[in-house]
Amino acid sequence: MRTALLAIGCAGLLALFLWGMTGLPPFGSYPGPYGDLLNSFAASERKATDVVSAVNFDYRAFDTLGEEFILFVSVAGAALLLRKIDEEKKDSKEDSESEDREPGRAPPPTSDATRAFGVALVGLTVVFGLYMISHGQTTPGGGFQGGVILATAPLSVYLSADARTFQRIAPRGLVEGAESLAAAAYVLFGLAAVVLGGEFLRNVTPLGEEEKMGSSGNIFWLNLAVGIEVASGFVLLRSVFIEETLQRRLREESK
Amino acid sequence: MSPGFLPYAVAAFVFLCGLWGAATSRHLVHLVICIGVLQTSTYVLLLAIGQKAGGVAPVYYGVPHDLLAVDPVVQALMLTDVVVEATVVALLLALAVQAHKHAGTLDPDALPRLKG
Repeated sequence: MRTALLAIGCAGLLALFLWGMTGLPPFGSYPGPYGDLLNSFAASERKATDVVSAVNFDYRAFDTLGEEFILFVSVAGAALLLRKIDEEKKDSKEDSESEDREPGRAPPPTSDATRAFGVALVGLTVVFGLYMISHGQTTPGGGFQGGVILATAPLSVYLSADARTFQRIAPRGLVEGAESLAAAAYVLFGLAAVVLGGEFLRNVTPLGEEEKMGSSGNIFWLNLAVGIEVASGFVLLRSVFIEETLQRRLREESK
Repeated sequence: MSPGFLPYAVAAFVFLCGLWGAATSRHLVHLVICIGVLQTSTYVLLLAIGQKAGGVAPVYYGVPHDLLAVDPVVQALMLTDVVVEATVVALLLALAVQAHKHAGTLDPDALPRLKG
C-alpha cells in the first residue's frame, strides 16, 4: 500500500521534472552571461588561471565562508553527538569490550603488506595534499580537495601503525586548535580588507605572477586556511568516530 | 524529447532512485547513503546546465585566455555541494550511531517512539 502511494508520487514528480526540463536551454547551449564574463576576465584580473577557484575564493568568497562554517558546525555536531557522557564513562570498559566484537574474537594483527603500503602512502599523500592546496589558483584543486587528501595521511598511519602513533601525530588538542584557528583566519582575512578601507573579503594581498605558486593574492591564502580547516576537520571527525576503538587499542597496547 | 535533454533526464532518474531508496529504506545507514545518492543528482544537473558545446574546462593554465570554456559558476556551486554532502553524511551517521546506542537497532520501524 505504502509502496503504491510512493510509486504514484514518484510518477507525478517525474512528470513535473520532465515538464520543467522543457523550459531549460538544451544541453550544450549555456546562455550566459555570468560564466562567460568571468571566463573572459578572471584569469587576467586575478592572476588565477583556475576560474573555478577564483569564483569560490574571490567573486563568491562570502558564500565559501558560509560553506566553511557548515563544515565547521557539522564536525562540531558530530563530535557533540559522539562524545562520552559521564555515566557512559563508568561502564565504558566492559561496554567497549563487549559491544562491537564477539568474545574471544580478537582482531587480527596488522599485516606486513598493510604496514609497508601505509608507510609508502603517508609521504605521498602529504606531499600531494600540500601540492593541491598550494596550487588551487593555477590548476584544478584547492583547499577543499587538498585538505581531504591531507586528512588521509593520519588515516594511513592509523591503519598501518598503532593507535599510540596516531595519537602522537594527531593529538586532539592540536587538531581542534588548528581547525578553529583556520576557520577564524578566513574571517580575519575578510575583516583585514574592511580595516584597510575596502569591502569584506576584498583582495588585500599582492596578486603576484600568473601560473606561479602563491599568486592570485587572497585566493592563495584563503585556500591555505580552508585546506588546514578541512584537513583538521576531517581528522577530528574520524577520531570522534573511532574514539572507542582507539581507547581500547591504547589500553591493549599499554598492557 | 530531444537528446539535448538526456543529461537532465539522468539527473531526474538519479534523484528518483535516491528518493525511492530513502522512502523504502529499512536501515538507517542505508537511508543515509540513499540521501547521498539523491544529492548527487544535483551535480549532474548543475554541470549539465553549464555545459557549452565545444567548451573546455575553465582552467587557463598554459592555454590562450580567450579559449571557449564552460560556465565556472556552476562548477564552483558543485564543489560547495560535494563538501556539504560529505559533512551532512558524517553528521547523519553520527545520529545513526546515537540511535543505535539508545535503541539497539537501526531499523527505523523498530525504533521506540519519541518521548517528550
